[in-house]
Amino acid sequence: MGDVRGGCCPPMDLFRSEPMQLVQLIIPIESAHLTVAYLGDLGILQFKDLNSEKSPFQRTYASQIKKCGEMARKLRFFKEQMVKAGFSPSTKSEARGDIDVDDLEVKLGELEAELIEMNANGEKLQRSYNELVEYKLVLQKAGEFFASAQHSAVAQQREMESRQMGEESIETPLLQDQETTIDLSKQVKLGFITGLVPREKSMAFERILFRATRGNVLLKQVPVEDPVTDPVSGEKMEKNVFVVFYSGERAKNKILKICEAFGANRYPFAEDLGKQALMITEVSGRITELKTTIDAGSYHRDNLLRTIGDQFEQWNLKVKKEKSIYHTLNMLSLDVTKKCLVAEGWSPVFATKQVQESLQRAAFDSNSQVGAIFQVLSTRESPPTYFRTNKFTSAFQEIVDAYGVAKYQEANPGVYTIITFPFLFAVMFGDWGHGICLLLATLFFIVREKKLSSQKLGDITEMTFGGRYVIMMMALFSIYTGLIYNEFFSVPFELFGRSAYACRDLTCRDASTVGLIKVRETYPFGVDPAWHGTRSELPFLNSLKMKMSILLGVAQMNLGIILSYFNATFFGSSLNVWFQFIPQMIFLNSLFGYLSLLIIVKWCTGSQADLYHVMIYMFLSPTDELGENQLFPGQKTVQLVLLLLALVSVPWMLLPRPFLLKKQHENQHQGQSYTPLESTDDTLHSEANNDSHGHGHEEFEFSEVFVHQLIHTIEFVLGAVSNTASYLRLWALSLAHSELSVVFYEKVLLLAWGFNNIIILIVGIIIFIFATVGVLLVMETLSAFLHALRLHWVEFQNKFYEGDGYKFYPFSFALLGDEDD
Amino acid sequence: MYGFEAMTFNIHGGYLEAIVRGHRAGLLTAADYNNLCQCETLDDIKMHLSATEYGPYLQNEPSPLHTTTIVEKCTLKLVDEYKHMLCQATEPLSTFLEYITYGHMIDNVVLIVTGTLHERDVQELLEKCHPLGMFDSIATLAVAQNMRELYRLVLVDTPLAPYFSECITSEDLDDMNIEIMRNTLYKAYLEDFYKFCQKLGGATAEIMSDLLAFEADRRAVNITINSIGTELTRDDRRKLYSNFGLLYPYGHEELAVCEDIDQVVRAVMEKYPPYQSIFSKLSYGESQMLDKAFYEEEVKRLCLAFEQQFHYGVFFAYMRLREQEIRNLMWISECVAQNQKSRVHDSVVFIF
Repeated sequence: MGDVRGGCCPPMDLFRSEPMQLVQLIIPIESAHLTVAYLGDLGILQFKDLNSEKSPFQRTYASQIKKCGEMARKLRFFKEQMVKAGFSPSTKSEARGDIDVDDLEVKLGELEAELIEMNANGEKLQRSYNELVEYKLVLQKAGEFFASAQHSAVAQQREMESRQMGEESIETPLLQDQETTIDLSKQVKLGFITGLVPREKSMAFERILFRATRGNVLLKQVPVEDPVTDPVSGEKMEKNVFVVFYSGERAKNKILKICEAFGANRYPFAEDLGKQALMITEVSGRITELKTTIDAGSYHRDNLLRTIGDQFEQWNLKVKKEKSIYHTLNMLSLDVTKKCLVAEGWSPVFATKQVQESLQRAAFDSNSQVGAIFQVLSTRESPPTYFRTNKFTSAFQEIVDAYGVAKYQEANPGVYTIITFPFLFAVMFGDWGHGICLLLATLFFIVREKKLSSQKLGDITEMTFGGRYVIMMMALFSIYTGLIYNEFFSVPFELFGRSAYACRDLTCRDASTVGLIKVRETYPFGVDPAWHGTRSELPFLNSLKMKMSILLGVAQMNLGIILSYFNATFFGSSLNVWFQFIPQMIFLNSLFGYLSLLIIVKWCTGSQADLYHVMIYMFLSPTDELGENQLFPGQKTVQLVLLLLALVSVPWMLLPRPFLLKKQHENQHQGQSYTPLESTDDTLHSEANNDSHGHGHEEFEFSEVFVHQLIHTIEFVLGAVSNTASYLRLWALSLAHSELSVVFYEKVLLLAWGFNNIIILIVGIIIFIFATVGVLLVMETLSAFLHALRLHWVEFQNKFYEGDGYKFYPFSFALLGDEDD
Repeated sequence: MYGFEAMTFNIHGGYLEAIVRGHRAGLLTAADYNNLCQCETLDDIKMHLSATEYGPYLQNEPSPLHTTTIVEKCTLKLVDEYKHMLCQATEPLSTFLEYITYGHMIDNVVLIVTGTLHERDVQELLEKCHPLGMFDSIATLAVAQNMRELYRLVLVDTPLAPYFSECITSEDLDDMNIEIMRNTLYKAYLEDFYKFCQKLGGATAEIMSDLLAFEADRRAVNITINSIGTELTRDDRRKLYSNFGLLYPYGHEELAVCEDIDQVVRAVMEKYPPYQSIFSKLSYGESQMLDKAFYEEEVKRLCLAFEQQFHYGVFFAYMRLREQEIRNLMWISECVAQNQKSRVHDSVVFIF
């Protein structure tokens, strides 16, 4: 962004949040809509709600919002219909110029009515179609049943007849003759009902039928294989064809009622076979007829939906924009004359010109006679925090914002996080093999960035995708630290020349125990591969990583305290510089800064001094001689001085600040009561502009300030120790990571290799891959990520970060799409 | 008696308790009601509700709204929440949740039976039923001619079956019978629910017994008032009271012989300190306001149930509060729709 700011200083986009201003716009009512629309396009102004005491429907533009809601509902209806019909609204936006909202409303209404009518017609047809299908099923299934029943009845009769024909044996019932004859003449007329009942209800149906008629029914059910579309609900469900035989009128009524209650559709059925066949053909004929009608109808409907689909996105966006415009307009207060609207809002200082331009453009385009008035208000209210991030920095800023949004214009830790975060992660995740895997994974996301950002992803993928640049940095740094640790899936390589150590003579076959001497120059970069597998590998690496963690920690904490200095100078509080920054610096550095110094001296000189001993006895008996633990001449005096400094800096931190604050406050108070009269007007005026938020002078309570300072001091003093110790997690996690990868490499891969069996080897490789991906690449990444996060949030940011600001949410059409549910 | 619910409650109930407390936070507040009462049209109500948890349920309703649509959609939300909770619940919470719906079931049965008696269309009746009290064969109720059939045909499959043991007669159904059946069923239901809660023990038993006792007492008073001047005998009336609650047993004896609302019922109730306040708020002759007074008292007690943790009473309380809220919305919508805004405050019970 090439805007001019002051000239002398380089732009500090991320170091501090953008300078903001409270602006007031007085917009003539006729151009208000267009103005807000242009500002929405610009997306750089956050409107303040000036009507917060009014409920939504009491506001000026409530009816328009209702209208928009109605249109949105229609659009949702279209979308639903399109989804049902299997279309997706086309994304190609035909820019057909501006559509008028009123026209759109009329058009949407017409389309909806048309669609509803088509649907109703289609439904009617579909319903009769489904009924016919069901009817056909009933005819077929019941027909089968009747046919088989008749068949068996005929067979039975024939058997009986044949028996009658034969001689009458003793077993023949005496009354049989009579029975059959009576049957034919005085037969009770059995009625029957046929139909379909949903399968899940069929059991209950049968049970109720049985109970209601006291068992005087015969129910026959045949399941239909394929799901049938229910004519009433239009849903596919599994159904049974049933036939109920009953006797008597009362039973019939009951059965009819039960059928109705169970949603069982009844269909007439003829007993006569010939009639059945006739009906089947008739029904089939009607089905085909209906089918063509339905097809024609749905073709028309599809056409309509397609035309809607072409413009759907455009309309949707338009309606959303309109709605947001009216929501914004509702936040403006109406002037007493009802001729103009007054808007207040925050905007970055750099955007002043753009805002003014769009105001002018709006006034011109809407043919308004008066332009909108733009003026900057002065306020004590704290402005929102706005960082102009890009796709690379935004993820890092998110990491900081997750802890707390920066106070307006305070030093932003996000800038340093870009480097320190991936670096601390990599210290724990140092293995360049794993680093490369991570890099490949994240490069996949970065390469397909354009495609992936436009589509919807799953929860976890979304998160990973959002942090792709963080992960890329983490991967790059872990390749770097991996090279330093000289680990590639835990295997060392002689990448930068040959190891500096070699066997003294031929006798040392097992070079991992004893007998190595230095034969060459020191290995140029990172850990010498010869350390790998030796007995002293662990003590050596531990000592290295532990000391390194302390150095990194002290450095980062110092950075934090220095940032508090920048904050103090920026906000013009010399009190914080003298009574917070300086004693803190002294305290931390006289203890742990000194420890870091000792570490470096020890590394450089190769001294055998015991640093624990030095540090502990520096407190316990500072006057004792150091003896063999002396690293440099005059160490004792230096230690005494440092100890004294540390002791002095504690009361320095604690006591002066609250007293000075009190004095300052009293001075101010006194001064205020003596201010000349004319300036009271001014303060009154400026106070009137401030809302309830920004009370200029809060009540000053000394005890509260003092307690606060006490807590702060204790926290810092104890924190200096515990935070330094906390950085040792770098060492611990790094150790855990490298040991785990050694285990997977040696106990899985090498073990499998040792069997000399191809199958075992393949199994071993598979286990190795899964263990590496699952445990080392996923879980270890997560845990190292979390620990790095903690080190930033707690150990680093508590030195300076207030994080009690609020984010800048400009009114912008570009953000509308994200709100989509 | 407090058990050690705190130790084990969260194993099964913690998640759902959290959910129900979250739902409770979505109940409309007094500020919401104030805004709703100022609405001019039903669309305004919809607009206001769209900012609340009801929003997603109402947003797809085309514009000329009706009160019934609003109530229906709001009830749908309650039902959805209930179903979600029931899905997640394990024993004994799931049984507890099911118990909550039995009251609606009884109401639905009575609704359908009365409806068929007056020859209404079954479909129409089904639409009026409360969705929480639905069961599979509910539509079949229309077939039944008398109480015995009713039981034998349909209700034997439902959880209500055991409650029927006292009211099986072969008499044909009529309005009076049905009302007696409703109250008998309700009595049996409340007693059963009470027993179940006692069995659960701990804070659940303590809180639920208080809430159910209030419910039972309220029913007792309502039965008394409604039966004054009817042919119901004193003994029959006595039989309809639940066998627990503050009024049991001496208050019941006195209520059973009451013949006058203002004097006698009031005299009886004022002997019981918790109910004194309700009646002292009502001036004489305002017995129609009694319902509201009871509702207010109930809401107060239900809200108190949320003050304690590790018990099932919150589920009961939440369901009841939501129902009250839907009643409120219905009343407000009706008042708005019929331009009776002056009466809006007559029956709205603020929850918070």
